[in-house]
Amino acid sequence: MLSLRRKDIVCQQAVELVTAYLEGALSRRERRRFEFHLRACPNCSVYLEQIKMTIELSGAIEPEDLSPKARQDLTDLYRRWRSE
Amino acid sequence: METDVELLNRLRDGDEEAFVMLVHRYQQPMLRLARSMVPNQAVAEEAVQDTWMSVVRGIDRFQGRSSLKTWLFRILINRTRSAGSREYAVDPDRFDAQGQWADPLERWVEETEDRLDAVRWLPILKTALDDLPLRQRQVVILRDVEGLSSDEACDLLGISAGNQRILLHRGRGRLRGILEAHMGED
Repeated sequence: MLSLRRKDIVCQQAVELVTAYLEGALSRRERRRFEFHLRACPNCSVYLEQIKMTIELSGAIEPEDLSPKARQDLTDLYRRWRSE
Repeated sequence: METDVELLNRLRDGDEEAFVMLVHRYQQPMLRLARSMVPNQAVAEEAVQDTWMSVVRGIDRFQGRSSLKTWLFRILINRTRSAGSREYAVDPDRFDAQGQWADPLERWVEETEDRLDAVRWLPILKTALDDLPLRQRQVVILRDVEGLSSDEACDLLGISAGNQRILLHRGRGRLRGILEAHMGED
């Protein structure tokens, strides 16, 4: 097993950084730690890949294909936003 | 002013105005209670919204043995507890005591493919999306379905960039978890 350095992050911390990482919202130091962890951890690499696939699949949903409930949410939002 | 019982009776008859009046009456105390139990406003709002949803669905289960307020708060406390545990994108039980994955993750596709089969997976994803709490669903739809930027989503929803990211993170995490749960099936 790898011995942990003081600044290393573990898987549970890495997965909680994934969105901030993808959004470019990590500090340079956080990003380095995250990427360092990912290089050494096949599971977290798979996790990141699965999140990317999930995002890509969401992107394949046509907005008019959403359920009536989800579409209604959107319509309400736009309406409220325009009236502000 | 109408009593809670009168409003409830109207709500049972499908009177929307009665619902609005109840929300008006209890929204702030509920938000304060939820906020005292979880670390951020977004999670508290989500729990309150979930509570109203279950009130509408479960109105016939309210038997009037306790006051409406007690009943609402009891539901809210349960909802807030489970919303609090949804703080994470991945269930904490998936990790061992050192914070490492307890079991290895399976890759979803063969090396030769790089995407999921939309025909098979889109219906599952759409159902999962509907089951997300309201705020998470809105953020995921705006960002990942509609393709808006984070600034645009924040503007539309009237939330901070940090809140938006938390909601997106948990929403995507839950969708991933649901896809994963269906992966073993044929």
